[in-house]
Amino acid sequence: MPDTGIGASVRRTEDFRFLTGQGRYTDDINRPGQVHAHFVRSPHAHAKIKSVDTAAAGKAPGVLAVFTGADMAADNVGSLPCGWVVTDRHGDPHKAPAHFPLARDKVRYVGDHVAVVIAQTYVQAKEAGEQVTVDYEELPAIASSAKAMDSGAPQVHDEASGNLCYDWVLGDEAEADAAFAKAHHVTRIDLVNNRLIPNAMEPRAAIGEYDGGTGSYTLYSTSQNPHLLKLILCAFVLGLSENKLRVIAPDVGGGFGSKIFCYAEETVCTWAAKKVGAPVKWTAERSESFTSDAHGRDHITHAELAMDKDGKFLGMKVQTTANLGAYLSSFATSVPTYLYATLLAGQYTTPVIFANVKAVFTNTAPVDAYRGAGRPEATYVVERLVEVAAREMKLDPAEIRRRNFIQPDQFPYQTPVALQYDIGNYGQSMDKALEMIDYQGFPERRKASEAKGKLRGIGFSAYIEACGIAPSAVVGSLGAGVGLWESAQVRFNATGSVSIFTGSHSHGQGHETTFAQLVSETLGIPMENVEIVHGDTGSIPMGMGTYGSRSLAVGGSAIAKACDKIIEKSRKIAAHLMEASVEDVEFDKGTFRVAGTDKEKSIAEIAFTAYVPHNYPADLEPGLDETAFYDPLNFTYPAGVHICEVEIEPSTGETKIVDWVAVDDFGKIINPMVVEGQVHGGIAQGVGQALLENCVYDLESGQLLTGSYMDYCMPRADNLPSFRVGMTQTACTHNPLGVKGCGEAGAIAAPAATINAITDALGILSMDMPATSEKVWRLANQHAQAAE
Amino acid sequence: MYDFTLHRPTSVDAAAAAIGGASDGKIMAGGMTLIPTLKQRLANPSDVVDLGAIAGLKGIREEGGNIVIGATTTHATVAADPTVKAKIPALAHLADGIGDPQVRNRGTIGGSIANNDPAADYPAGLVGLGATVHTTKRQIPADDFFIGMFETALAEDEIVTAVAFPVPEKAAYMKFANPASRYAIVGVMVSKGPAGLRVAVTGAGPSVFRLTEAESALGGSFTADAVAKVTVAADGLNSDMHASAEYRANLVSVMLKRAVAAAAG
Repeated sequence: MPDTGIGASVRRTEDFRFLTGQGRYTDDINRPGQVHAHFVRSPHAHAKIKSVDTAAAGKAPGVLAVFTGADMAADNVGSLPCGWVVTDRHGDPHKAPAHFPLARDKVRYVGDHVAVVIAQTYVQAKEAGEQVTVDYEELPAIASSAKAMDSGAPQVHDEASGNLCYDWVLGDEAEADAAFAKAHHVTRIDLVNNRLIPNAMEPRAAIGEYDGGTGSYTLYSTSQNPHLLKLILCAFVLGLSENKLRVIAPDVGGGFGSKIFCYAEETVCTWAAKKVGAPVKWTAERSESFTSDAHGRDHITHAELAMDKDGKFLGMKVQTTANLGAYLSSFATSVPTYLYATLLAGQYTTPVIFANVKAVFTNTAPVDAYRGAGRPEATYVVERLVEVAAREMKLDPAEIRRRNFIQPDQFPYQTPVALQYDIGNYGQSMDKALEMIDYQGFPERRKASEAKGKLRGIGFSAYIEACGIAPSAVVGSLGAGVGLWESAQVRFNATGSVSIFTGSHSHGQGHETTFAQLVSETLGIPMENVEIVHGDTGSIPMGMGTYGSRSLAVGGSAIAKACDKIIEKSRKIAAHLMEASVEDVEFDKGTFRVAGTDKEKSIAEIAFTAYVPHNYPADLEPGLDETAFYDPLNFTYPAGVHICEVEIEPSTGETKIVDWVAVDDFGKIINPMVVEGQVHGGIAQGVGQALLENCVYDLESGQLLTGSYMDYCMPRADNLPSFRVGMTQTACTHNPLGVKGCGEAGAIAAPAATINAITDALGILSMDMPATSEKVWRLANQHAQAAE
Repeated sequence: MYDFTLHRPTSVDAAAAAIGGASDGKIMAGGMTLIPTLKQRLANPSDVVDLGAIAGLKGIREEGGNIVIGATTTHATVAADPTVKAKIPALAHLADGIGDPQVRNRGTIGGSIANNDPAADYPAGLVGLGATVHTTKRQIPADDFFIGMFETALAEDEIVTAVAFPVPEKAAYMKFANPASRYAIVGVMVSKGPAGLRVAVTGAGPSVFRLTEAESALGGSFTADAVAKVTVAADGLNSDMHASAEYRANLVSVMLKRAVAAAAG
């Protein structure tokens, strides 16, 4: 058997179908009799809907129906819920204004859904959409989160006074003040974590279908978590029995968080399928993705770090305003709170931390989880603050970090912001990263750059994240509306192949390869005999989907548990066949042996016996098909050190990333090639945020100014260096695989490393992202003039 | 996109007749600007006249000491053409930096100059090299062809057939690309040759313009030092979310120096 087990860099088996154009995405699916939906969207950021006239559109060629919010209200379709209740500093729940799939009385952002036209062809639906006449009364809009709480600011929702969703705190302010009172030096920074548009390669799409014979619905959707989508749609929005909706999320071309949520369009397609008596399909145009996918980040933060004379951290205070957009997306409230402030300890022993987050509504698209979700924002605050502290204290940036690292003998380590880190070795990652980048040689490299007239800088980011989301009881106590366990079903077929049904969902992560390797190694069967099935609520046990770098740590652990059950049952069958006691039967690499004899049975023979039980234990059920649910005991804590080196051309501000070292501790690794790929992609996204990407709304009109790739700049290969990836390894202590998760690390680490390198090159303390050429040019000139 | 009548004439005369007979017609070469505009329903022409089937508009030839490029010759063809690379490498370099591979394999020189996007590369190429535009009606010197933002000397029913470039002694094109669109935030073509000393700037203003101060400076000495002090005023330059007028003015100076240094070799 070739080495396809744990630790082997097996090429991704799913890539064959993707690279040969044989993937099957939602838009590739066409149902018999299918019709097409086009959404009429608001051109205004904020307006009253005085009336909607659909008469002309309804009579247009090919049109079956035109629906508005009133039609959905008449059917008692509910509001799209937010699944995490954040309790504010006064003990009150967050403000949760209604978010109807089609707007009822007001529109609140450009792209908000006003009506849907359903026609025989998409072109007919779109043509007719232009004949829907909406009488708007334009209202003043608030697009700036910085001004959202100002008195007199336009109000997005009547029930959220001052546009405040919640004013939330974590930590003890008085203790923090006391720590600051003892400080030798306090470093203060103000920063903006720029708003991003996710830009998955595959736009969102949905097909809703209704079977009048059985009264059941099927929804094909570009979802990262079909079960959760089913639960939300049935229990909260459409009022369906859960056994009457099947959600299928087939191949999905990237999500980055934006496909976790329950969106208006898929809701409308499902509901409308029964109304028009035909499957209803919608695929986003790219422009619709820009305006209506949930956006990411968008924080404004003031942060302070108190230190003693040796640069030892005494306390941290953080004030953040988080923009949630016009409505609460499915998990919006949790991102700037429990996924953000709980990570503000970073890799350090800072004893006291106080965080205050004010989350505001604005007339912009909803904001929710985007690759890293709160943790990139936290790392950016911590690692920018630490870098500025090092410069102000005239300490080496590696040294100040080292002085404050949690030491290996301090684990498990209870942070002051609720999390308990199970294990890590931060100094080891730092050492390895310094060696890989040749930190000693940096002054020489800087001189060489200066000789060419260029400015060279080096930047660190010692990040940590909480992944493997999450222990159900913990998140429940913090307001989550769901448990965050995962399920797996391992089904041996009679002739020895295995089907794995997982509640995790792969939309680029390579689960079909990694999970198959895990099963191949655990059960001792060839990898090609393992099939991974995901993304269909009709065939898979209830599961919680993929986000928060959880699939291997939680979903993989569930698979491992189900495999253990398979082995235990097989052992009983083997003992029976070999006429031995169960205790004497050993299992290794797919074979059961009676200790001390030459008797053996392969697991394939056992599987056959289980389905053809002619000679079988009397007290055992036939079949070899086991299900396991795994609820993690803690988060996992991947951590590492990224170092970025940049070279800047001062005459233009062009910034070139000339080297990048990533040393990550993801615990045990199943497939190093897949992991490296995840790191590369994550860094590219983080560099995109740091250098190029910026979602801009006009602050007066609320119009999206970066609504296409002409203006919204995605990172490309020529913006990036060849990444050098190293690994350290401390095995997670609380899951059966010792794994931590790797999907978000690069996006979490990269922004701070990049900006720290650029500000180092420019000899300044701070600048905001994205570090465009013009910004860098201005700062380089200001700095040069100041130096003259 | 809205419905329109598509014409695919096989001769220039038929194309001129089609556009002349349309109530609100659009001529399409590569379609790299027109098709996205149609898809976004920002244009609603009655007729689209596709020049792609006219064999005589494609190709590159040497004629009377000039390099003559047919109007529907793609950027990729210009970039890879052995004659262009040998005689006017600056032009091959310019074509090689337009947009992305998909755009370079569809977009054409005629389409680009007839559209006259203020951030397009070719206007600087034509003016900076002193080219002549051949149309169905006449020949127009590049200096007289580009009138203003998205505006040219072309009449409604006049079609570009080719562009003739004199072969310069020295030339270079340097561009600072918009990182998102890869259009020129600023692009500068400099040349010395039969058309004199020329410096043309695209991206910075509403339309391509010549930088006479730089041309005079290069008359004394064709070196980067000679133009080291040349600056342009920010007043009147383009300013948008990607680059302020002040930044563009700076980039003109920097790209000018780079282009002169490259041309001087």
